[in-house]
Order: sequence, then structure tokens, then C-alpha cells
Amino acid sequence: MTPSLHLWLIPILPLVGAAINGLMGRRCSRHAVSGVAVAFSGAAFAMALWVASQISSLSLPHLELLSPWIRAGNFQADFAFFLDQLSLLMLLVVSGVGFLIHLYSIGYMWDDAGFSRFMSYLNLFMFFMLTLVLAGNYLLMFIGWEGVGLSSYLLIGFWFTKDSAASAGKKAFIVNRIGDFGFLIALFLLIKHFNTLNFAQLFEQIRPLQPEVAGAGLLTAIGLLLMVGAAGKSAQIPLYVWLPDAMEGPTPVSALIHAATMVTAGVYMVARSHLIFDRAPSALTVVAIIGTLTALFAATIGIAQTDIKKVLAYSTISQLGYMFMACGVAAYSAGVFHLMTHAFFKGLLFLAAGSVIHAVGGEQDMRRMGGLRKYIPWTFWTMTVATFAIAGFPPLAGFFSKDEILWKAYSSPHGSWVFWLIGVVTAFITSFYMFRLWFLTFFGEYRGAQPSSKAKLATEPAAHDSHAPDPHAHDNHGHGHGTPHESPMIMVLPLAILAVLSFVGGWVAIGGRFERFLAPVFDSGLTASVAESAAETGGSTETLLMGISIAAAVSGLFLAWFLYHRQPALPARIAASLGGVYTAVYNKYYVDDLYNTVFVKPLLKGSTTVLWHGVDQAAIDGTVNVAADSARHVSDSVRHMQSGNLRSYAGWVAAGAAAVIAYIIWAGVR
Amino acid sequence: MTQTIPQVADYIRILPELVLAFFGLVVMVLDPLLDDEGSRKTLGGIALLGALCGLGASLWMAQSPGLAFWNMVRVDSFSVFFHVLITAIVAVVILTSYEYMAVQRIRAGEYYGLILFGAVGMTLMSSAVELVLIFIALEISSISSYVLAGFRRREASSSESSLKYFLLGSFATAFFLYGVALMFGATGSTNITAISQALQAKGVPRLAYVAVALMFVGLGFKVASAPFHVWTPDVYEGAPAPIVALMSTGSKAAAFAVLLRVMFEINTPGRFWLIWVSAALSMTLGNLSALVQDNVKRLLAYSSIAHAGYLLVAFAAQPGPGISAAMFYTASYAAMNVGAFAVVSHFAGAEERYVTLADYAGLGRRSPLLAATLTIFLLSLIGIPITGGFFAKFYVFSAALKSGLVWLTLIGLLNSAIGAYYYLRIIVMMYMREPKGEITVRRIPASLGVALALSVLATLYLGVLPGRVLDFALRSATQLMQPHRAAITPAPTPPVGTM
Repeated sequence: MTPSLHLWLIPILPLVGAAINGLMGRRCSRHAVSGVAVAFSGAAFAMALWVASQISSLSLPHLELLSPWIRAGNFQADFAFFLDQLSLLMLLVVSGVGFLIHLYSIGYMWDDAGFSRFMSYLNLFMFFMLTLVLAGNYLLMFIGWEGVGLSSYLLIGFWFTKDSAASAGKKAFIVNRIGDFGFLIALFLLIKHFNTLNFAQLFEQIRPLQPEVAGAGLLTAIGLLLMVGAAGKSAQIPLYVWLPDAMEGPTPVSALIHAATMVTAGVYMVARSHLIFDRAPSALTVVAIIGTLTALFAATIGIAQTDIKKVLAYSTISQLGYMFMACGVAAYSAGVFHLMTHAFFKGLLFLAAGSVIHAVGGEQDMRRMGGLRKYIPWTFWTMTVATFAIAGFPPLAGFFSKDEILWKAYSSPHGSWVFWLIGVVTAFITSFYMFRLWFLTFFGEYRGAQPSSKAKLATEPAAHDSHAPDPHAHDNHGHGHGTPHESPMIMVLPLAILAVLSFVGGWVAIGGRFERFLAPVFDSGLTASVAESAAETGGSTETLLMGISIAAAVSGLFLAWFLYHRQPALPARIAASLGGVYTAVYNKYYVDDLYNTVFVKPLLKGSTTVLWHGVDQAAIDGTVNVAADSARHVSDSVRHMQSGNLRSYAGWVAAGAAAVIAYIIWAGVR
Repeated sequence: MTQTIPQVADYIRILPELVLAFFGLVVMVLDPLLDDEGSRKTLGGIALLGALCGLGASLWMAQSPGLAFWNMVRVDSFSVFFHVLITAIVAVVILTSYEYMAVQRIRAGEYYGLILFGAVGMTLMSSAVELVLIFIALEISSISSYVLAGFRRREASSSESSLKYFLLGSFATAFFLYGVALMFGATGSTNITAISQALQAKGVPRLAYVAVALMFVGLGFKVASAPFHVWTPDVYEGAPAPIVALMSTGSKAAAFAVLLRVMFEINTPGRFWLIWVSAALSMTLGNLSALVQDNVKRLLAYSSIAHAGYLLVAFAAQPGPGISAAMFYTASYAAMNVGAFAVVSHFAGAEERYVTLADYAGLGRRSPLLAATLTIFLLSLIGIPITGGFFAKFYVFSAALKSGLVWLTLIGLLNSAIGAYYYLRIIVMMYMREPKGEITVRRIPASLGVALALSVLATLYLGVLPGRVLDFALRSATQLMQPHRAAITPAPTPPVGTM
């Protein structure tokens, strides 16, 4: 019997913070609000660290029951928490990165009128995300899953008076619903066939099952449906379309929710369900294919984007694709490893981008930046670390995790050289568009507005402490400064810490330590065979492949340097000569328009004519009105029972009693 | 016949009743010594302390389950559940009354005493397993309520309420007593365990059927189920709002406890259709009549009839899930209804002037907190998730479905839909209508704040974490179904002769 760790406190702490700020924040000073928000998210992080320190004295997986919840016949789902190496890792990443972004948000959102609302939502998000990660059964996980979706909706639409923000929030929510639908059906199937959603009991039942080699079976269906859910939450093909739009939210939100934590929930869920996927090889292959295609597809779109946050958004989709690729070749620990390093460097990239946007007064178009390294050195250097990390330069974090994935994609029995090749091509493109961003933003001459021009004019009417939802700019910080300026300490500090992590974060995997740490979780035979065949394929191949991926990263850097630093006029000419291809990429392959024409418009039309006018107005309202009218009539006549007359009341009681006795005598005689 | 002197354990098993009665006496004795102002404050405090001590005593009593006083009283999880529930209700009602009495300018003295005495009767009803003792307990609680209902002495409607309640109540109690007498005639005993053994051993005499029917009439009156519900709206309308809260939850819970014991422990044949019809009638009549009410207190009276109907559905189901669902329902209904009446009694103002639906217009803007809490209670009454009302209905209907009661479940669900209309009407009034005229809503005093907070917490707790309470109810149900194995030492023959 291992001691109780009171794991429930970890998610509850941020919830308390959210409640305090949500209820009383508006009447408190900004200092108090930020104190509360940081204290509670920090406490959750501290508790997570403490739990990590206790790990050696625990027998994992460690289960804790907070309270019984749903009992229906034999089915049982409780408020139970589940701690193993995987959830511990997620716990540390989520609470750690979350805490840093809370700090950063204080600086970033300070002038916003909705400061306390923002902090409250952020804490609320932490609550749901930590619930998701710690849940001991799929149902509780689903609550967290839906909860992060809700928080994400609230935060994307944080500046809800702006039309684009409000509709981006709706888009994210609706697209996620499609994924959740798949997830839910998977859960129903699990309940129907295994009668439990508790991880411990469920996996015990699944473990002895044989892999469904020939085609599809129950587990394949469940696996595919789970992947639908994961594709929604983690923005994979074909449900990725909401993530770029989600950049309408404040930048810390993009960093926390749409890069570091929430969008990785799908990867976590697939890894958590690995026993199901292991026994459903065809589902696994689908996961790998979706991941690989998404990685490449999103990366190519990233090349042509000009909005700094949009580039990062497509890059996030692409990196999530890598993680699914890893899971799809049954190299779950590689996927989770990339999840962790990605949380560091992508969180950092977004925060740094936020710092850039902050510095240039709300501008997000990279064509209006340039030469910023002189003005904002801290941001520049931290972003440099992150850029080299994501591009896969050794010895930075991204190199280790990406290389691990590529290697496993090649060597795993579920893998193939095709996955590897696409992965390397994607790595090259990643390196290219990231350095394009880097050169456009920090090098060359400052192309932005000077003190007297647009930025100033746009912000001046709104005054210094402009009321938040300013329709004119994205992340508007109406400072009215003309020259870019460095962000305050409270924003720089998280940047610095994340930069260190992006640098050294990959070293934990040297010598296979990371994989060994997670091995007990993914111990299922299949992962062992992955490791085996990796060993068989041999070290020399591994070295060769590593060399190729480094070469891809370097050539991406070189190409970006040549096009955007050496010959800045060239890209426009190339784009012109490419003509239709460039336009297609620039317009994100028209996927949004396609969805609009094929799904949204017909649905809208059908809903309007059939569901609204036909079903709702005619059928339902009509029936309801008739029912309500007749109910009123009956009600009126029933009311006459209530004469207020005592004798008639006694009469009713006596009549009732007479009826009861008459019936019972009749029943007794019979 | 072994006639023993009562042991200490016997007294512990009626400790809550003793404590409540003691504090009731203290209140009565102190009352003449204090002036008006002092009596309101001090006596309320003493009564609250009494209720809390009663709650503590109930928990203590739980440590020593078993029979007491020659098998007349049984302490088991079932009675502990209702003891805790009723003392908690009483505590919250006293908190609500605190300010209410001042606003209504009612001299408090015996008011608090009567509440505590009523509580003695209610708690005793849940642990008595001797029909005569049950009758006495029922009378103790009823007579206190008759008096309490007439406490707004300056209002004619209050006196009317009291008188009607008294006359009809006596009428109905007579049925119950007659049933007890017939049962004694049929089985030679008034002890529930002995009766059930006798019925099992010798077959069911026809007289027992009638006895059960008569007892059902009496208890059906107390829980306000159709067709014995006619008194409810008039009585609730006239009685002081906190007392309505007590009557509609505490007295009802106690009556349901008796009904559970009588119906399930004395496994009576022929009860099924009685309950079925009564449940269907209560739900339908209650909800339909509530649709056209303009007076919030009357509306809640009809709603309480409807809820008695939902609860009876559980009685028609199989014992295991049925009993536990019924117990859960009483608890969550108590939480939300006491809360709703607490809001009503605060908003009503002096002489309960503001009790019509129109008065609630715009409350959402005038007093957001009050409106928000009332909304939570109303949503729970509808049965919306994350409130106790949802799981209460869920467990009742799932118990009914498991027992194959498809039609009754269907009637219940349809009725829930009808019910949503009039609860939502109040919410619509509060948030979407402009206030007519100026109604000043007084600040929420601390005592009422605590009462409301407790009710909200209980409502949400049961809606989010129903597991613990339900587990407890399930355990109680199992114990109730096998009383002979549970707690009884080789029993001496019940002391019928001493009655």
C-alpha cells in the first residue's frame, strides 16, 4: 500500500485560483489578481515536483480514489487519479510550462481591461488540463478533454467584440466537436464490450487479446475512433483547420494551449491507449499515415505565411504530425519525447513572437518587421535558441527528439523508409520556414512604422490604456512607441528559462535514458520489438540517417539565408514564376474554402430550410404550442379541485381513501 | 417475557431526540425571561445549537446500531441517514428564520421550541419500528406543524392554513391509526419485524390488506401525494415560508422514512398498483396545476406534490435500487427546496408581501446573488445536471426502468418536461423581464447567507459527487431488507402486552 499523495490537489489548486479571480478579480487590484493566479498555478507545479520526488518510493502505476462518482449497474466510474511515468511527465510539462506562461501573461496582458478574466480562464484551463492528464479513467479524462476545449474556446474568443476572434472560437469548438464525437463513440464501444472505462481494469482485459492482424475488428474500430478524437484536439488532417484561426487569441494562449499543452492531449491519449493500438495494426498504420501527411502538408503551408503567428501555428500542426508519426510506428516514447521538447521550444517560440509583437506595437506581419535583433536582444537570443532547436540542430532539444522519431520511423517493424523520407523532407522545410521567419524578423532593416506613421496613428485614439477589444490590431498594446522596445523582466524571465530547457531538454535521452524511464508504461511486447529491430538495423545506419537529417537542417538554414538575407528580392520573383502553385500554397491549398463549400454551406442551408423553418418552427413549435394550450386547459379544470373549501377537501381525501380501500379489497379477494 | 431495565445503550440510541427535546425545553423556559428583541436573538441561537447538537448526537448514535427500548426503536444506517438529514434541515430552517422573524415582527419564543419538538417527532419516526410509537412520533411532529403553520398571527390566511392543516391532518391520521389497529388484529402485533414475520409465516389475512391501505392513506396525506394532496397549496400559501420549508422537506422525509419501512419491511402484497396510480396522479396533477400558478409559494406547493410523485416511483421499483433512490431523492430534494424557500422567505418582505411571480421580475438585476442562488435551486428542481436534482431523478427513473416500469418512467419523464416550464418561468421573470415598481431587496444577512451557502453546496455536492451518499443509501437499503439478520440479538418476543 503506497501512501496517498493527494493527487486531487494538483488540479483543484488552479480551480480555486480560477474561482477566486473569476468571482472577485474585477474588484481587486491587478497585483492581487496576478498574485492569486501565479500562486495557485505555481502551487500545482510545486506539488507536481514534490510528487516527482516521491516517485522512487511508489509502486507505479499509482491509483488514488478521491470519491465515488457514477454507479450504474456493474459499470463504475469514479473520481480516480492515475499516476505512472507517462502522466508524471505530462504533469511536469503542463504545470511547469503553464506556470511560466502565467508569469509571462502578467506582463503581456497587464494593460488589458479583461486582465482578471484572462487570468481566471488561464487557471481554469490548467484545472482541466491537469484533470485530463491525471484521470484514472476515460470518462474523467473526457471531462478534462471537453474542459480544455471549453477553455480554449473562451480564450480564443477572449476579445469577443472582434468578429474574427469570436468566429475563430466557434470554429475551434465546432471542429473539435467532430473529433469528440469519434472519441465518445469509442468510449461507448469500450463500455459495451469491456464494461469499464478505468484504465487499470480495461487494460488488464485488453492485454491478453491477440492483435487483429487480418483487417478490422473491434479494437481497430476503437483505435480509429480514438484517432478521430485525437485528430480534432491535436489538429491533424482533416480536422486541423481550426488551429491557424485560433491565433486570434492572445499570444500567451497560443503558447500555452495551442502549442505546448492542449493540442498535445491527442498524442497523450493515443500513447495512453497504446495497448489498444498495439492490438490494432491497421489503426496504427492509419495514425502513422495521418501524422506523416500532416507533418509535410502543414510545413509546406508554413513557407508562404507572412503572419508570424500563423507560421508558428502551421509549424505546430506539422510538429504534432511528427508525434503521431512516432505513435503510429509504435515508438510511443519517441512521440512523448518530442511532445516534451516541443512544449519547450514551441512554447518559447510563441512567447518570443509575443514579445516581438509587443515590441512593434501589435504588428504581426513579418514583412513589416526586420532588424529587430538590435532592439530586443533578449527576445532575439532566446528565439534563436528555439529556432535552432526546432530546426533540429544538435545539441539542442529538437534534434534529439526529431532524430529519434525519424530513426524509429525507419527502423520500426511498423515503420517504412517512406515515412522516414517524408520526415526528412519535412525537416528540411521546417528548417527553411523557421529561418525565413528568423531572418525576416531580426535581420535586415526595420521595415515597420516610424514614430509618426501607422502604428502610432492606429493606437493613439485608443489612448494608452486602451480598452481591450480594440478592433484595429491583433495583440494591441497601445503604447504608442515608435521604436521597438524590449519587454519587461516578467516576460523575459520565462523566455530565458524556456531557452535553457530548449537547449538542454534533449539531453535526458542520451543513452536511451528517456526510453527506459517510460518503458514500464509502454511495456507490451510490441515496443520491445521496436527496440529490437532498431538494434538489428544497426548503429551505422543510424549514424548515416542522423547525418542526413542534420544536412537537411543545415541546407534549410542556408536556403533561407540565401533567399531572405542575401537576395531579399528573389523570393518575390520565384513566387511570381511559380504562379498557380504559389497561390495555392499561399491560400492554404484552399482547404478552408473547400470545407466551406462542401460542408458548411450545405449544412447551413439544410439547417435553415429543413431544421429551422421545417422541423423547429412548424413541427416542434406547433406541437409544443398545441401541447401547452391543452395543458393549460387541463390545468384550469384541475384547479377547480382547489376550491378552498374545507369540506370539499375532506371529501377528496375520503373519496381517495374509499377508492384505495375498494381496490385493495378487490385485490385481496382476487 | 423478558422485561429488562433500559441500558445506557438504549439512551444513546434515542440521544438525538433527547438532545432536541432538552433544547426545546430550554427555549420554552427561557422565553418568558427575555424581552422581544432578546428572545429573537438568544433563543434562535440556542435552537441552532440544539439542532447542531442533535446532528452531533445522530452521528454518535451511528456508532451503536441496534435495537432499544424493547425493540421499539432501531438504529441502523437507514435511521441514521434520516436523523442526519432532518437535523440538518432543521438547522438550516432555523438559520433562515432568524431574520424572517424580525422582519415579520413575530415574537419568537415558542416558535423555536416548536421547531425542535417537531424535529423530535420527525427523527423518532425514522427510527421507530413499532407502529404505535410511529403514531406517537407522527403526532408530535404534526401537532408542532399545525401550530407553526398559524404563526403569522396577524394574517387571516395563516390561521386558515393552520386550521385546515389541523382538521384534515387529524382526519388523515385517524386513517393511519385505524390501519394500525387492523394490523394488530390481523397479526397480533404492532412491531414491524414481528408483523413481517407473522405475515411470512401464516400467509396474508385479508385484514392486513385493508390495514396497509389505511396506513397508506394516512402517510400519503403526510407526504402530499395524490389524491390526498388537496390541503397542500392552501396550507403552504398561508404558513410562514421557513415553516413551509420545514414541512415540505423535514416532515416529508420523516413520513417517507415511515412509508419505506412499512412498505418494504412489511412486504405487503397488493401495494404495487396503489403506489403506481398514486405516483402517476401526483406527478401529473402537481405539475399541471403548477403551470397556471401566479403565487410562488403555491407554485412550489404544487411542485412539492409533483416531487412526491417522482419519489413514489421509486417505491414501485424493486427494493434494492428503489429504496436507495428514494433516500437519495429525499436528501437532494431537501437541499434544493429548503434553499428555494429560504430565498422566497427573504424576498417576501414584511407580511410576505412579495410572493407573486410578477414581483420576481428583474430580480436578476436588483439582487444578482439572490437570483443566482434561486436559479441553482430551480435548475435542480428541474433536474439539470451538476445539481442534485439531476441524479435524484436519474436514480429514481433508472431504478424504475430496471424494474420494468416503462410506462411509469415515461409518465415521469413527460412530467419532468412539463415541470421545466414553470420553474423556467421564474428564471425568465428574474432575468428577462423589467421590474415593475420599486421593490427594495434587503441585504442578505449573515445567517441567511450561511443557510443559502449550505443549501447551494449540498445541491452541487449531490450533483457532482453523488457516489458517497448513494453508497450509504445502498448500504442502508440492504440493511433494511434483511433486518432479521442485521442487528437483532436473539429477540425476546415483542412486548405487545405492555402496549
